[in-house]
Amino acid sequence: MRYETVIGLEVHVELATKSKIFCSCNAKYGAGPNEHVCPACCGMPGMLPVVNKRVVDYGMKAGMMLNCHINRTTTFDKKSYYYPDLPCAYQTTQWFAPVAVNGTVEIETSKGKKSVRIKQIHMEEDAGKLVHDIAEDTTHVDFNRTSVPLIEIVSQPDLSSAEEVEAYLERLKMLLRYAKVAECAMEHGTMRCDVNLSVRPEGSDKLGVRTEMKNMNSIEAIKHAIEYETARHIDAIENGTEVLVQETRRWDDIKGKSFAMRNKETAGDYRYFPDPNVMPVVIDDAWFDSIQASLPELPEEKFARYTEELGLSEYDATQLIKSIALCECFEAAYAVCGNAKDAANWMISEIMSILNKRQMTYDMLSINGTALGELIKLVMDGKVGRANGKKILAAMFEDTTIEPVAYAEANGYVMSNDTGLVEKVVKEVIAAEEKAVADYKGGKEKALMSIFGRCMKELKGNCDPQTLRTILTDTLNKM
Amino acid sequence: MKFYTAKTDAAADRMVVVDDMILTKEMPTAAGSKMLDGYMSLFDAEVVTRLQQAGYAIGGKADVGEFAIDMLGETSYNGTPEADGTLVNASAEILKEGGVTAVVGMDVNGSVRRAAAVNGLVSVKPTYGTVSRYGTIPVACSGETVSVMAKSADECFEVLKAIAGHDDKDGTSLSEEQCAAATAQDAKVCRVAIVKSLTDGVDAQTAEKLAAAKAALSANGVEVCEIEETKLSAARIAWNILMSAELCNNVSRYDGVKYGYRSQNFTNIDELYTNSRTEAFGDLLKTAILFGSDTLSTENYMKVYDKALRMRRVIAEAFDAIFAQYDAVLAPVCAKTAYTTEDVKADRYLSFTENLYTAPASITGLPTVVAGGVQLIGKAFSEGALLAAAKLFEKEGE
Repeated sequence: MRYETVIGLEVHVELATKSKIFCSCNAKYGAGPNEHVCPACCGMPGMLPVVNKRVVDYGMKAGMMLNCHINRTTTFDKKSYYYPDLPCAYQTTQWFAPVAVNGTVEIETSKGKKSVRIKQIHMEEDAGKLVHDIAEDTTHVDFNRTSVPLIEIVSQPDLSSAEEVEAYLERLKMLLRYAKVAECAMEHGTMRCDVNLSVRPEGSDKLGVRTEMKNMNSIEAIKHAIEYETARHIDAIENGTEVLVQETRRWDDIKGKSFAMRNKETAGDYRYFPDPNVMPVVIDDAWFDSIQASLPELPEEKFARYTEELGLSEYDATQLIKSIALCECFEAAYAVCGNAKDAANWMISEIMSILNKRQMTYDMLSINGTALGELIKLVMDGKVGRANGKKILAAMFEDTTIEPVAYAEANGYVMSNDTGLVEKVVKEVIAAEEKAVADYKGGKEKALMSIFGRCMKELKGNCDPQTLRTILTDTLNKM
Repeated sequence: MKFYTAKTDAAADRMVVVDDMILTKEMPTAAGSKMLDGYMSLFDAEVVTRLQQAGYAIGGKADVGEFAIDMLGETSYNGTPEADGTLVNASAEILKEGGVTAVVGMDVNGSVRRAAAVNGLVSVKPTYGTVSRYGTIPVACSGETVSVMAKSADECFEVLKAIAGHDDKDGTSLSEEQCAAATAQDAKVCRVAIVKSLTDGVDAQTAEKLAAAKAALSANGVEVCEIEETKLSAARIAWNILMSAELCNNVSRYDGVKYGYRSQNFTNIDELYTNSRTEAFGDLLKTAILFGSDTLSTENYMKVYDKALRMRRVIAEAFDAIFAQYDAVLAPVCAKTAYTTEDVKADRYLSFTENLYTAPASITGLPTVVAGGVQLIGKAFSEGALLAAAKLFEKEGE
């Protein structure tokens, strides 16, 4: 018998707000233990939650990016459970009226295009982190992450393979990064994934027994786990190796196996109820419209515009739309220099390769696009040589405040139009390079290159190569 | 007998005491519970800051019953305050001692109103949202209100003006204009309703107080009518459900790990939680936790909790209908003029039945003024008018 796998995902994404969801603590990842905490996010009595409006902005924006209906009145609820990393013993989340519902995400795999339905997106606070000290046999609690805003994106069980899951996650990342609401870096834990999976005979409309794997944090692990679970389910159905039960399982990536954590009977009752301290958030037309107006152009729309209006090749356009940061830098540079092809070349062959070499993500690009445009213009206009242009770009990576025009002048990178100087340098070099000159005169064309190179070096690159070549060959030919 | 859980030697012309539900940086706050014995807050409650800004010195902390859900403070971990077998209330005793303008305390389940009523004092429970709850120990957040108790309506009004106002730190805090409306006295109480089902079951002395208040109002040209609205007496059950559920959730943070009481008897974290809570919480609180937990279970949520939420709206609408014709409801605050240690021994859950009279205003957040042993419940933002009307009978209870 042939089987099909039915997968639904719950994806947690940390929102990239400056402060936490209910207090003004810094929400940034990476501080020392318990440095980003206050009485509110530590659950001390007497502090009241005040909703960070920016979180609702981002929640709405994420919903719109995923084609969701936005609930114009959205409410917060309390979910109770005991765990040492949850200081109030309840998490404030959205249970009854989440910010966004009923969306879709379009994905593309080797099997073609598919639309994945989104059940809902809800906003909630993250929990803290437990740090186990094996040597000391103690556990420490770090509350920095407590109350960092999250959205949970719940899909319908519309996915059927590891490949589709990967395409879906990549698409989510791209959309949320384009909207600038989240970093979505699984390696930082800013994107985490629960996988709900069941298996049924192909063509059946009845769902099989579902298991859930919690807190998966790499796409490779997710793919591996899906393959393992699918095989385990089929084996159980076909060979009766075990009785499948609805349960939560933990994926052990090192062992390459999943293990039962808790089943339906032992699962806690979360006792959800509306949080009386957080008033319902009412999204009026002005608010809704302002978020809608702030939505970015989608990657496909950018691709179409770049190829059709700006005349870029499909390859160039594909490279640029990989990241919103690349697109924005490119667009700002193009606005200044007016040459899309040149701007794309600088982006792809210079900037992207520097980022790759430095093992930085494209989203980490911090070069000011306008400044890049000015630099490109300097090179285009023959005011700065291309090699010197690259040096300026390298400096701009180190110091984002550099203004190319001023920097070129201050560092002697401006082309000289002084043919007198060029002629003087050519004469000096010819005098010094007796052997190369003799070789050239003897018919070795290649010798010209080394003379040319030495001249350019003496001129610090500040000469239009064509001008130098003309003066140099004229001078040599006259000898 | 212990009335203060902490006292400063602050001496000032104008002094107030806050109750032990209100967090103070300088003095411990225990909420009447062994669980928070000696707990030092990192910050002052907003009302404390406002009182100080208005020139009041905070003279001390009045003891309360455990998380302020009991009758008059009898469940405090410091012991039951009583005199010759009669329950006394710490805040009321401090006021009677003299030297303080008012006691500012948290009215969770009517204990401040009851204390004022049985002691012939005046109290105002302002409209929900007009006084910040920032820095108050949370129990039943959807209805509990910072309240003021004093010897006179004028003193209550003076202190209320100092603490009312919008606070960004409390998401349920109302706008500055709405808060200002609560301390305006331009409206006047002209027509008062007595709801028959809310006067049922009171003893003779309480009935007399009600009659005296009615007479005083009538003598001053206020029309007093008897009406029937049975929905108001259903507020008690709905409030008990909402209060217990919220309480269960709010006190679940006290687990003995980060602060507060920690059991010495544990071998793993589950035992640490369980034993700390078992040893530190009192019986009434444990009952409320169990009851609240049950009402929120998946099985009971729609059957119980959701119905209570709907009841809240039904009761608010019943009040709206009354206030279309009347400015206030005149009602008893409790069935008796005094309670004994025997009363609370015989019925441990007395505060969950005697709150018949206080629950209607708790669940709706409506302002209530207690004076002369009875209460006036008014429409939102009418506390100024209620206090003015209460002056007509505030001496009746003495």
